[in-house]
Amino acid sequence: MSEPTWRELPRGAVSTKSSTEYETGDWGVDQPEIDRRKCTKCMLCHFYCPEGAVRVREDGYTEVDLRYCKGCGICAEECPVKCITMVRKK
Amino acid sequence: MKGQILIGMNGDEAAAYSTKQVNPEVVAAYPITPQTIIVERFSEYVADGEVDTEFVAVESEHSALSSCIGAAAAGARAFTATAANGLALMWEMTYIASSLRLPIVMAIANRALSGPINIHNDHSDSMGARDSGWIQIYCENSQEVYDACIAAWRIGEHPDVQLPVMVCLDGFTLSHTMENVMTLTDEAVQEFVGKRRFITVKGHMGETEFRLNPEVPLTMGPLDLQDYYFEHKMQQIDAMELALKAIPEVDAEYAKVSGRSYDFLHPYRMEDAEVALLGLGSTMGTVHYVVDQLRSEGVKAGLIKMRVFRPFPAEELIEVVGDLPALGVLDKAASFGAPGGPLYEEVKSVFYDEDRRPLIADYIHGLGGRDTSPSMIRGVYETLMGIKREGEVPEKVSYVGVRG
Repeated sequence: MSEPTWRELPRGAVSTKSSTEYETGDWGVDQPEIDRRKCTKCMLCHFYCPEGAVRVREDGYTEVDLRYCKGCGICAEECPVKCITMVRKK
Repeated sequence: MKGQILIGMNGDEAAAYSTKQVNPEVVAAYPITPQTIIVERFSEYVADGEVDTEFVAVESEHSALSSCIGAAAAGARAFTATAANGLALMWEMTYIASSLRLPIVMAIANRALSGPINIHNDHSDSMGARDSGWIQIYCENSQEVYDACIAAWRIGEHPDVQLPVMVCLDGFTLSHTMENVMTLTDEAVQEFVGKRRFITVKGHMGETEFRLNPEVPLTMGPLDLQDYYFEHKMQQIDAMELALKAIPEVDAEYAKVSGRSYDFLHPYRMEDAEVALLGLGSTMGTVHYVVDQLRSEGVKAGLIKMRVFRPFPAEELIEVVGDLPALGVLDKAASFGAPGGPLYEEVKSVFYDEDRRPLIADYIHGLGGRDTSPSMIRGVYETLMGIKREGEVPEKVSYVGVRG
């Protein structure tokens, strides 16, 4: 084990790493797939994503950062034009 | 020691007055008998502009301690006070305060936990919190309350300790009883407590002072599962061990300023004692009175007042008890279904490994504020003398003052 001992850890349960280094994407079973032919760039998926994993690109379309997407499917549920489908992760 | 003034104060007022002199940045509290006078007086100090404190009038004790946790994490000195069901409502936050290593000071005006509802004194509230990771100091009188509410900051903030501190005073017996209290000048208190000192920690942005600061962000107490939680608990266990060294340091410094010396244990007439009682808080005043009576009658009686219950001063206890033949433990709390009261169990387990150990008996008394009179204490000493004479403990746990 190379994890730090209790003497080495900072007190107060202070996190030694940024949460950005904690990639929660591997928790998921499903992942979203966006059909950009149907997407209207409304950005609701970006606003609804509880993990902030749906980003808005420069061209106005959204994309999912799979390093952090837990596959909850809220984006697919909320999409008004149903252009997001949840597919099984490989 | 110069410039001390004698003021008539009850225990609650003593806690409020010394906290005024400390002038913490934040006090968050919710009133509950018999603690109410503490925050009532303190809110008057705030209204009169005698302190710089931000007073947060919260809607519950859970919020009171939560506010103190937030304030202390941000670097403030934070104080609160509660009793009984108020402490019970704070329950989950007591563990969070200690595990985040926040040196909050909280006065507990000890009161029996409901139900049935009762506002009077026993130790069921703070004894329930004995495993929450707080340092616990028990006071015998208002003077001790005043002094402990000053020393507590330095103990909790000691770089090796970094733990919250409960200052326990018996409800009504101390909280509402006027006594003479020698008080330091505001300047002396300020000089003693100084500014809050911070340890350095290495967070995700590098080394920084242990407090929330937007310039150097820190995350305190995030999800901590099988891989780290145990290590953080080890640190708390270690901090309590280190507090055993830190507390005498602070007490010695306080003695220089105040002329009043405190220790983990305060033995009285123990040098040649054959029977002795060990206990916490105001009952020990009555025990002191009875020991004097018994001594004048030629009985070799002594007492040990335990001031610090967490961390438990095991080595000091073994030393003070020495060759004593019979020791009675006064518990002001019951632990339902346990072999005895909480103090008794710990005292007994400390002596298990000792070659010389006294016969030990438990005396649960005073539940719900039931009066523990000198004659009852005298009766306890008489049973202890019987134990000493017979060389055995016929009744391991007795209930003093209960009918039937």
